[in-house]
Amino acid sequence: MSAVFTADNMIFMARGLGVTLVIALFTIFLSFIFGSMLGIARFINKGWFSRFAGIYVDCIRNIPLLLFIIGFRFTLPLPPMVSAITAMTVFTASMVAEIVRGGLYSIPKGQWEAAYSQGFSFVKTMAYIVLPQAVKKILKPLMGQFVSVLKDTSLCQVIAVKELMYSGMIVMGKFVTGTQVIIMYGFIALVYYVVNTVLLKASERITF
Amino acid sequence: MFALFKWEELFTDWKEFAAGFGVTVLVSLISLTAMLVLSVTAGVIRTSGSRIVKTFLLGFIDFFQNTPLVVQLFFMYNVLPRMGLMLSPFACGCLGLSLYTGAFGASIVESAINAVPQGQKEAAYSQGMNYIQTMFYIILPQAVKIALPPLTNQAVNLIKNSSLLEMIAGGDLMYHADSWASDTQYYGPSFVVTGLLYLALCLPLSKIAEHLQKKAAAV
Repeated sequence: MSAVFTADNMIFMARGLGVTLVIALFTIFLSFIFGSMLGIARFINKGWFSRFAGIYVDCIRNIPLLLFIIGFRFTLPLPPMVSAITAMTVFTASMVAEIVRGGLYSIPKGQWEAAYSQGFSFVKTMAYIVLPQAVKKILKPLMGQFVSVLKDTSLCQVIAVKELMYSGMIVMGKFVTGTQVIIMYGFIALVYYVVNTVLLKASERITF
Repeated sequence: MFALFKWEELFTDWKEFAAGFGVTVLVSLISLTAMLVLSVTAGVIRTSGSRIVKTFLLGFIDFFQNTPLVVQLFFMYNVLPRMGLMLSPFACGCLGLSLYTGAFGASIVESAINAVPQGQKEAAYSQGMNYIQTMFYIILPQAVKIALPPLTNQAVNLIKNSSLLEMIAGGDLMYHADSWASDTQYYGPSFVVTGLLYLALCLPLSKIAEHLQKKAAAV
């Protein structure tokens, strides 16, 4: 037990957690922006950009994230962290787009018609009437997706990004007995569990 | 990436990719069956078992939902042998995938059963049906309709997640693509073909899910 939780190990793991959080935050932020754009474009369903968004979402959503992470690392000249964030953003944007589109579709037609009858333009209807209602419906699935992003950062270990899981594996390299390894795996699982639960609980408290 | 000889090389080695594709399909089918059984069982218990069992089960479901599949797979692959249980990578993959996706499936089934109106249950009881009959003849057939679209999405997730077998040398499509690519250094063609193969598996399924969702929303 004391061999597992030494100060050195913990600092090393904390650094790993930091990398995990950095990747997750960048991915969440970027994929939220791109995903919303794609989702709104798919909802409007007019013009070349919405057609592109449809194809993009259909293709990217049905290919495993691991393929993007490995593929981008080996084919694009980017540093490991950047290529990991790019791959995860490309993938997550398509998931977010579907969630946003679903939320927009769930707003009844009557809301649009009422706003138009009051002389609102399309953009104003979107900004003042539809989006504020859609945000409430989007929030829960979106948070679920962001928890997925946090879990999926563990895939970045295949391209040797030193995130939590990879740091854990490195630390495990110097353990001798099976008990130490088991404790370490339990500890890693617990850290992911706590971070995700905190994120979920925090999102439940957001009210509009 | 666009050099013709790379693609020629790839198509002469097509057996490598076909073997991987077969393993991916097999793992997905086995885990899908196990996952369905698990999630229906857990979902039914969650809506009707005793309180201690329910809380215990919720703990399990929460744990499997909120920890990465990678950690679970590595645990099964690296730690279980130290406890005297040696599983092949293939078995590890099936077990991990069905437990991980089953945890999500259980929540789906649970909320679907809860979405069936209470009156249905009372009506069945008033006709003299017992609990098991009510569940099988009245509640579950209605819950299936509600649960089917999200469960189909979970099936797509399961197929995509089966690519994680690569990390424990499970011999699936991703593993073969990666090893072929690092043998030949032809990364581009290998990953494009792999992506298309996964697309061929998952795109029909997610289109079906979309269709089911639309049908459910229209009723």
